[in-house]
Amino acid sequence: MFLGVSYNVWWFLVFGAVISGYAILDGFDLGAGSLHLFLKKEQSRRIALNAIGPVWDGNEVWLVIGGGALFAGFPIAYAAIFSAFYIPFMVFLVGLIFRATAIEFRSKEPMLWWRKMWDIFYSISSIIIALCLGLMLGNVVNGLPLNAQREFSGNWLSFFNPFAILVAITTLALFMMHGAIFLTMKTENRLYAKLHILANNFIIFFVISFVITTLYTLLYISHLSDFFKSNPHYFIIPLLMTLAIANIPRQIKKGKYRYAFISSSVTIALLLIMVALEVFPYLLYSPQTPANSITIDNAASSIKTMKILLIIAAVGTPLVATYTSFVFWTFKGKVVLDETSY
Amino acid sequence: MDVEILARVQFAFTIAFHYIYPPLSIGLGLIIVIAEGLFLKTGNPLYEQATRFWIKIFALIFGIGVATGIIMEFEFGTNWSTYSKYVGDIFGSALAAEGIFAFALESGFLGILIFGWNRVSPRVHFISALMVFFGSLFSAVWIVVANSWQQTPAGFHIVGEGMNARAEITDFWAMVFNPSSVDRLLHVWCAAVLSGAFFVLSVSAWYIIKNKHLPIARSSFKIALTVATIFSLLQLFTGHKSADGVSKYQPAKLAAAEGHFDSSAKADMYLIGYVNNKEEKTSGIKIPGGLSFLVTGNFNAPVKGLNAFKKDERPSQVNTIFQFYHAMIIVGMMMIAMTLYASFLWWRNKLFEKKWLMILFVWSVLLPQIGNQSGWFTAEIGRQPWIVYGLLKTSDALSKAVTANQVIFSLILFTVVYIFLFALFLFLLNRKIQHGPVEYSNQELIGDAAKRDNPIMTH
Ligand code: HDD
Ligand code: HEM
Ligand code: HEM
Repeated sequence: MFLGVSYNVWWFLVFGAVISGYAILDGFDLGAGSLHLFLKKEQSRRIALNAIGPVWDGNEVWLVIGGGALFAGFPIAYAAIFSAFYIPFMVFLVGLIFRATAIEFRSKEPMLWWRKMWDIFYSISSIIIALCLGLMLGNVVNGLPLNAQREFSGNWLSFFNPFAILVAITTLALFMMHGAIFLTMKTENRLYAKLHILANNFIIFFVISFVITTLYTLLYISHLSDFFKSNPHYFIIPLLMTLAIANIPRQIKKGKYRYAFISSSVTIALLLIMVALEVFPYLLYSPQTPANSITIDNAASSIKTMKILLIIAAVGTPLVATYTSFVFWTFKGKVVLDETSY
Repeated sequence: MDVEILARVQFAFTIAFHYIYPPLSIGLGLIIVIAEGLFLKTGNPLYEQATRFWIKIFALIFGIGVATGIIMEFEFGTNWSTYSKYVGDIFGSALAAEGIFAFALESGFLGILIFGWNRVSPRVHFISALMVFFGSLFSAVWIVVANSWQQTPAGFHIVGEGMNARAEITDFWAMVFNPSSVDRLLHVWCAAVLSGAFFVLSVSAWYIIKNKHLPIARSSFKIALTVATIFSLLQLFTGHKSADGVSKYQPAKLAAAEGHFDSSAKADMYLIGYVNNKEEKTSGIKIPGGLSFLVTGNFNAPVKGLNAFKKDERPSQVNTIFQFYHAMIIVGMMMIAMTLYASFLWWRNKLFEKKWLMILFVWSVLLPQIGNQSGWFTAEIGRQPWIVYGLLKTSDALSKAVTANQVIFSLILFTVVYIFLFALFLFLLNRKIQHGPVEYSNQELIGDAAKRDNPIMTH
């Protein structure tokens, strides 16, 4: 216990914060990748790539930290989740490889066919990554069949259920909206005008898919909507989220892209908070045999490890925050291409 | 084939592929720090051009290192879930520390290193280079600590039984400083620095032979030669320390590495040789009693051999371990010989005159790579059949939810992707090297450097 809250809950919060950080940071560069093929001119594509150029790798580290955080704090959940999602996860990893390579390699040769080929790799892999993330999130939230050893006992084809697919599409839409706003913030002139229109379209795409997913959840997935039905005062969170979403087009119209970007970041964070509230205290729910479910208590590391981890987080987070801000600050403002650019 | 073999092959393949790149990044990082430091100190634009060139190559290597590293982080969970549960309490904190302290530092400042030339002052740029280098050094720390813990576990106790048994931390610092971690970390660091230094030596030697970019190639060669000479000598000491540690904590591994079976006999040390696994006989060129001397300080003392261990508690592929171990030592000796000879020539002011030596240096980039891979293969196959030494068997550590077909699917997927990736990497690396550093048309500078080195190969 620390400040009246158990260590396991603290680590759940830390893990949630890392995942939110990942979704917000890598979300915009995955989104920028997903909409890459909507930009037609070579020059536009270069600018879009260089907008994320200096930061995408740092953003991806949040995924690594998230993986480490889950392994360290809740090893049983780490073991169950990654062995269950074996196939989608391998596809996800290969997507990450192709995306990293496409970004690095595209600019290394001047030929048009070379660049077009990597543009396609870049965009498709970004979309696949976003969809896989959504698909896995959807299944984790929805629950998986677990046996008494707390290992997955189902068939991987069941991952493609309507709820998980809806979450996957919503995730993609969310990232595309987030990425378009980020790019609008970083560009000028014609490209900027084009992204402005794209951003508005992706907002509509996101709102539609989000509403459908929410309705589906309320109608069919009772164990998820229970929390909000029995704790009505928490409806403030979806309400705040609606305000945050509504604020995005408003700020875009005013030309205040930084605020629009903050709003979409807040949207992502609130979405994940909603998810966390719905699943807590489960990390992986087993609908058929609830007794085999993995919770933050039966999956946790020893108290000693939790203490060490919290110290590591307390020392590390300010450090990471400081130099991440320094890097973002160094590359603030509109993209300028120079001899070091992609 | 059963899931265990497949999962082991997959792990070995993906980590061995990952491990081509990190040592290069670590070593190249040091060369970049030195070159940029010299630029700040002397103001000589030559060093700036060299720095810019090596940073471009660094970016390429780093990119693949990251892409392949992310796979590794999750493979513990996908393939070895029982093991993950068993060691999670201990192992996880090392992996989490790695992410926060090392990778974030490295990737954050890398952006400035590559794209920041016109955005920050030279001093801040230098600091970024330093941070990236430190970050890559730290990445090695935590992962080697984690691996050393499974070689020589310490600072823990076991709770639970059977399928639910797991190790829990009792003493964090005893876990971090387990008996082998410091020795092995130093050994791995030196090997990594050597990898980068020989890479630079190789590319520079090629330019010198081709008579291109001479001033930059010569100054890079000298920086790298200095580093390589120091570290190949150091490597002998750290390697010896590691062997000493292995003799205490994993005697079966050392016995396998030298093909020593009979406990009652004095133990020989082989220069090269062959182990007949079936007949349990080793033959080759040897120093009689060499291993006895290493372990006990006495040429005639008996050393615990493989026969002192139960069949299912000692490694079975003795010849494989023997060959990897000796390959590592042979390349180590070759590096020492090459760097000492080249340093001697440098001292006599004849460094770049022998063409055959330059050709040798072009190929020398392979030596540390062979050393790295065979070193790890020695350490890891020598640890078998244990996944956590003396506590958990590899065969018990598998994911129960994963089927052979799934592993085959991913193994094929990774093989195809990695071959593609490796071909691309070589293609682009070659293009970058062919293209070479961007030189300023500063005639004075080039003339100057040419005079100093008195080359005969400049026509
Ligand atoms: C922190 C953990 C860790 C680290 C840093 C490494 N390994 Fe490892 N290695 C394992 C953890 C591990 C493992 C998960 O424990 C494996 C899987 C199966 C086994 O027996 O051990 C393994 C197996 C394993 C095998 C298969 C041995 C066998 O099955 O007979 C090889 C060849 C390597 N590794 C090679 C490497 C290389 C080239 C590394 C250099 C980067 C490396 N390992 C670092
Ligand atoms: C199984 C063990 C390993 C795992 C799980 C692992 C994991 C990772 C991950 C996730 C990354 C990408 C980090 C990023 O996004 O920036 C990475 C890169 C890196 N790893 Fe590994 N790694 C392993 C083995 C090693 C070893 C043994 C070393 C060094 C001795 C090492 C050194 C590095 C370095 C220096 C990088 C930065 C990229 C590069 O320089 O190529 N790794 N690793
Ligand atoms: C010159 C004499 C050398 C000796 C006596 C030596 C000795 C050893 C020993 C005993 C191990 C096993 C340690 C363990 O399992 O805990 C080892 C591992 C290793 N060696 Fe060497 N080594 C030498 C040279 C080299 C060279 C030249 C390189 C590469 C450039 C190298 C790279 C490695 C690596 C990467 C490992 C695996 C990591 C580890 O277990 O420490 N070694 N070495």
